[in-house]
Amino acid sequence: MSSVRVLVGTRKGAFVISADGSRKNWDIAGPFFGGWELYHLKGSPVDPNRIYASQSSGWFGQQIQRSDDAGKTWTAMDNKFVYDGVAGTHQWYDGTPHPWEFKRVWHIEPSLTDPDVVYAGVEDAAIFRTTDGGKSWNELPGLRNHGSGSRWQPGAGGLCLHTIIQDPADAKRMFIAISAAGAFRTDDGAESWKAINQGLRSEYIPDPKAEIGHCVHHVAQHQGRPNVLFMQKHWDVMRSDDAGDNWHEVSGNLPTDFGFVIDVHAHEPETVYVVPIKSDSEHYPPEGKLRVYRSRSGGNEWEALTKGLPQKDCYVNVLRDAMAVDSLDSCGVYFGTTGGQVYASPDGGDTWNAIARDLPAVLSVEVQTITS
Amino acid sequence: MAIRVVLPAHLRTLSGAGSEVPLDVDGPATIRAVLDTLEDRYPVLRGTIRDHGTLKRRPFLRFFACEEDYSLEPPDTELPERVRTGAEPFYIVGAIAGG
Repeated sequence: MSSVRVLVGTRKGAFVISADGSRKNWDIAGPFFGGWELYHLKGSPVDPNRIYASQSSGWFGQQIQRSDDAGKTWTAMDNKFVYDGVAGTHQWYDGTPHPWEFKRVWHIEPSLTDPDVVYAGVEDAAIFRTTDGGKSWNELPGLRNHGSGSRWQPGAGGLCLHTIIQDPADAKRMFIAISAAGAFRTDDGAESWKAINQGLRSEYIPDPKAEIGHCVHHVAQHQGRPNVLFMQKHWDVMRSDDAGDNWHEVSGNLPTDFGFVIDVHAHEPETVYVVPIKSDSEHYPPEGKLRVYRSRSGGNEWEALTKGLPQKDCYVNVLRDAMAVDSLDSCGVYFGTTGGQVYASPDGGDTWNAIARDLPAVLSVEVQTITS
Repeated sequence: MAIRVVLPAHLRTLSGAGSEVPLDVDGPATIRAVLDTLEDRYPVLRGTIRDHGTLKRRPFLRFFACEEDYSLEPPDTELPERVRTGAEPFYIVGAIAGG
């Protein structure tokens, strides 16, 4: 019997929401770490009982928590994230040099092959790795040592590394994205990185086609077709068919191409989901209607999915790591809002139900598909 | 007599410590010595009160003893006798903020 676990990180704790494969009746466990910000939780693809969580606080700093029993109990792991060597400076908002300072872990990405190996994307932007299940963390410094590091500038949310994608077909290839530096790829196991922003155009920077400086909000990939990437940029929904070397816009008929989340259907690599948000100054859905948009053609042609979602007076946001898909047949799609709702669709987006309605503001949503 | 340390609520939960932590401090009972002893006993608190590496007090925390603010005192400042003897606790206080 299959089941699903939805891992929800919020401004005031973590929640684990579970259902069997029918995805009709949901059980909410939590809050875990009540009062702390849970930027992200993610389970190991190798051992689904192993879950890592990023717990942080403006008062008390960063904690990394690990569960070995599917979220029932947790153990605090090492919380020391120290940049390799002399940290140097990046650009501050006003263009002046600013020292690299660790603030928090935005994204946790467990290895596809080893439950003790985990990557962490942090603010100020860098990638760290543990190879001992979280007992120690070390920076992979090749990224910050990319020649452009001193020119990276924070987005409104900070200089955060928020997206990490491992290539399932090539263990040495990985993609990351930073607000507001752009997307990068390594082909040699994180020794060196290449900026992959050709084709992005951002009118809010001095050179709209610059190599770096783009505010990438999220990137998604279908594991069966790893060279095709979809990106929700600050403005613009983008697509690459060559592992990020070149991008082209696929915003098409979206009501607005600003947004944060983007994800790909588990079984249909040309089916993509976004949640359009009105603008960068008005972080809520256009017309007060919460609509997921689905393209079945890899972009450009989008349809609004509204059944079960509020279609008036809705002014929530959906943050960059707050959408995920399960791998059941049919594919389930999930997202969380800053209003504390978690919506689930067991039918690829055709219909939606709120599986949690009154949580704290949702920062992240991940899904584990459990088959036995 | 042990030194009594009062933690903010979130650090009590994180560490599993009670409302007051009794500590036997070796040598002079300075701010640094009390925090070192506290972190040795509860390693999960490393990085939560002082930054890793620099050991600087985190900006949203303050230290109080006998109704005096010790937050800006040098780390090797000895705590007052009433704290050293356990008559008064050493308070680690989180900034009050909404949200």
